[in-house]
Amino acid sequence: MAIIIDETKRVCIQGITGREGRARAALMLGYGTNVVAGVTPKKAGEEVLGVPVFDSVKDAVTATGGIDISVILVPAKFVKSAALEAIGAGVKLLLIVPDRVPMWDAMEIADAAKTAGAQFIGPNTLGVLSPGRAVIGMMGGKAESAKAWFKPGPVGVISRSGGMSSSTAYYLGKAGIGISTIVHVGGDSVLGMRIPDVALQFENDPDTHAIVIFGEIGGSMEEDLAALMTAGKVTKPVVAYIGGKAAKEGTRFSHAGAIIEGNRGTHISKTTALRNAGAIVVDGFGDLPEAAKKALESTSVRSM
Amino acid sequence: MMFGPPAAMAAMGTSVARLHEYQGKALLKEHGIAVPKGSVASSPAEAERIARELGGPVVLKIQAWTTGRAAIGGVKFADTPEEAAIATKELLDITVGNFPVEQVLVEEKIAIKHELFVSLTVDDAARAPMILLALEGGTGIEDRAGDVAKLPVHVRDGVDRDSLDHAIGNSSLPKAQHAPLAEAVASIATVAKSVEARSVEINPLVVTDDGRVMAADCRMTVDDYAVFRHPELGIDIARELDHPPTALERIAYHVEEADHRGTFYFAQLNTKPDAGSKGLVGFHGAGGGGSMMSMDAITNVGFTIANFTDTSGNPSAAKVYRAARIILSQPDLCGYFGSGSGVASQEQFWSAYGLAKAFWELELSIPAVIRLGGNSEDRAIDILQDACTDLPAAIEGYRKDDTPGVIGQRFASLVIAASATWQPRSPRKPSFVGTSGATSFAITGGTVWIDTPRWNDALPTVQEFAPGLFDADTSAPTLAIDAEAFAGKDSELIACEVECRRRGCDAVFVELDIPGLTEVAGGAH
Repeated sequence: MAIIIDETKRVCIQGITGREGRARAALMLGYGTNVVAGVTPKKAGEEVLGVPVFDSVKDAVTATGGIDISVILVPAKFVKSAALEAIGAGVKLLLIVPDRVPMWDAMEIADAAKTAGAQFIGPNTLGVLSPGRAVIGMMGGKAESAKAWFKPGPVGVISRSGGMSSSTAYYLGKAGIGISTIVHVGGDSVLGMRIPDVALQFENDPDTHAIVIFGEIGGSMEEDLAALMTAGKVTKPVVAYIGGKAAKEGTRFSHAGAIIEGNRGTHISKTTALRNAGAIVVDGFGDLPEAAKKALESTSVRSM
Repeated sequence: MMFGPPAAMAAMGTSVARLHEYQGKALLKEHGIAVPKGSVASSPAEAERIARELGGPVVLKIQAWTTGRAAIGGVKFADTPEEAAIATKELLDITVGNFPVEQVLVEEKIAIKHELFVSLTVDDAARAPMILLALEGGTGIEDRAGDVAKLPVHVRDGVDRDSLDHAIGNSSLPKAQHAPLAEAVASIATVAKSVEARSVEINPLVVTDDGRVMAADCRMTVDDYAVFRHPELGIDIARELDHPPTALERIAYHVEEADHRGTFYFAQLNTKPDAGSKGLVGFHGAGGGGSMMSMDAITNVGFTIANFTDTSGNPSAAKVYRAARIILSQPDLCGYFGSGSGVASQEQFWSAYGLAKAFWELELSIPAVIRLGGNSEDRAIDILQDACTDLPAAIEGYRKDDTPGVIGQRFASLVIAASATWQPRSPRKPSFVGTSGATSFAITGGTVWIDTPRWNDALPTVQEFAPGLFDADTSAPTLAIDAEAFAGKDSELIACEVECRRRGCDAVFVELDIPGLTEVAGGAH
């Protein structure tokens, strides 16, 4: 098993006829993702790499008999309407790849998703990849690279950085540790699925036995994960690296609005919260694989 | 967007996504929140005139992005216009960080009875805005988290009125002020939505002795990503920095604006190495997280980062070239360090072409270590190292299997061995550029020059790296596609330039504009 994406999920690509849409469709199809439809207004009847194109998500849902996940690959300023369209058509999971999506648009998408009982990943995400099974988004860039870089196994990876999600999974693989699913939650401040949400999914996934986190300064996702661990809701071992220790802590973290959130968001607050909750927090990114190996040994699960 | 020398740009009044107090207050006023009467001055004479118009005691506040302005002497009071002029002169002598104070807000002095603290931020867990309201407000708020009410805000409908009324209704504030206070707090959510603010902080919101509700201060930051749909704000640098933008930051921002292929972010952090540091490094990252991790790695081996740069998201070769030129416009660098996540999804050879071109033009004389791990890393490293063999400095490319820690050490040993210091210089170009013996074509943001007599020698390479752009059977270059389509092929043409040079036929040159850079970098070649 894996979380979020596997070869059975029926995937639609909004913006499939654009430059990004075509390139990422090739990756997804080449890796084994079940891409059943594409959507671009006024392009119904066309095909991209054998995938039929529809005018709207609603048409795609009707014609294909159902869409599990819609991958949004349209320019940032059109993301809100594309996302609201997919939610309106009844799609329950969206992957919002573009960056530079205005924050108030992301909050409106979040509100609509909540009302409709839908979820989204992103914005500003490289996507999700379950090694050997399927990928949504652009993780790996090309199918041949994705196949070479990521090995299946017992560790779930959650990252706040796109590049570092690939990098984390690659270095784990080199150390002989396989991956159940890699999730890039996105780099923006308002995200659909956050680190704690993904950790809960890994907790319920029988094939995931440890969780590796690439965290960063800012926000409260790492602290919220620590709270879940303390509450006994995430019990699988967690290994984390938090980037940004050398970044200047400017006024963004020192004005009252941030401070009265209870000292959240700093490197020290994240590492302390996670350590106190029982996570292994490494100081160097290069130390992640060995720590993950130790975490797996504690669960007596083989690393591949 | 018109470009001029940096001084001219500064005179135009550059504004960034973080607003000054007086700018934020103007927005509050538009939305019905009262603010003290006043205006911004950039000279003592102007302050004197404003004070005279206000006709009473005034408060003068430096307009700078720093907390605790009072503590650094940035707030003064004056009873007469003459005193206001003297105070302004002193305030304009203050520097905050490396930046002199340029403006002072002159406002009527108000008699304060109660102070409240209000801020709107985004609650990342709720994926919605929220308002924090402290009824006892003012300084030391961070120590009294328990006294702060958290009011939910709906993204479309605004603040939750029941929570707001409850918070204010339970306070000891005079009943007469409850309704206007609630109105002011609710309006903050309206202002925030209307300009798509990422945060608004009013500390303090006050009740005056005569019972008026007023915003006595305002810090507001607009969402960078939404600036494009708010021309009314006059923001021309949609970046959140902790200092006014430097000349190079402005130039870099305009490069980013003109080319949406990939992301380019540039921020200057230091102009001098820290005490005990091995030196000041030009830093060129790729990807937010990878850049941050690489920055940590290079800092760990004892260097000071001059700048933060990120080119990622499949950037064009031209964008990476321009980024490198801007990084190398900083003086006193001991080396150039490039590294991203190490396992990049993007095709890395485009970045290699951009870097190789910039290093060749500038005849780079400080060590460069570039981690090009990711897709097509072997090709990328081959391009970079081969195209730079004739340069005075050691230029090395690394793969995904080379860790940041290890190449950080390698970089340190190269820098120590070279013991060189970089000073910005103007780029060189091949001698045929601009002569009558060359054929030229316009491209986006520049010109491609071809040495006509050597066209037949260059043609096989050009056809290999930019197939279909030129007719194949002519003695002088002619376009096989329309000029508009050709103009967007700058990356392919940069590849042709570098590949032709590698094969000993330096007959193609892509001249790329970076408006304003010559004036800043200067220097003879």
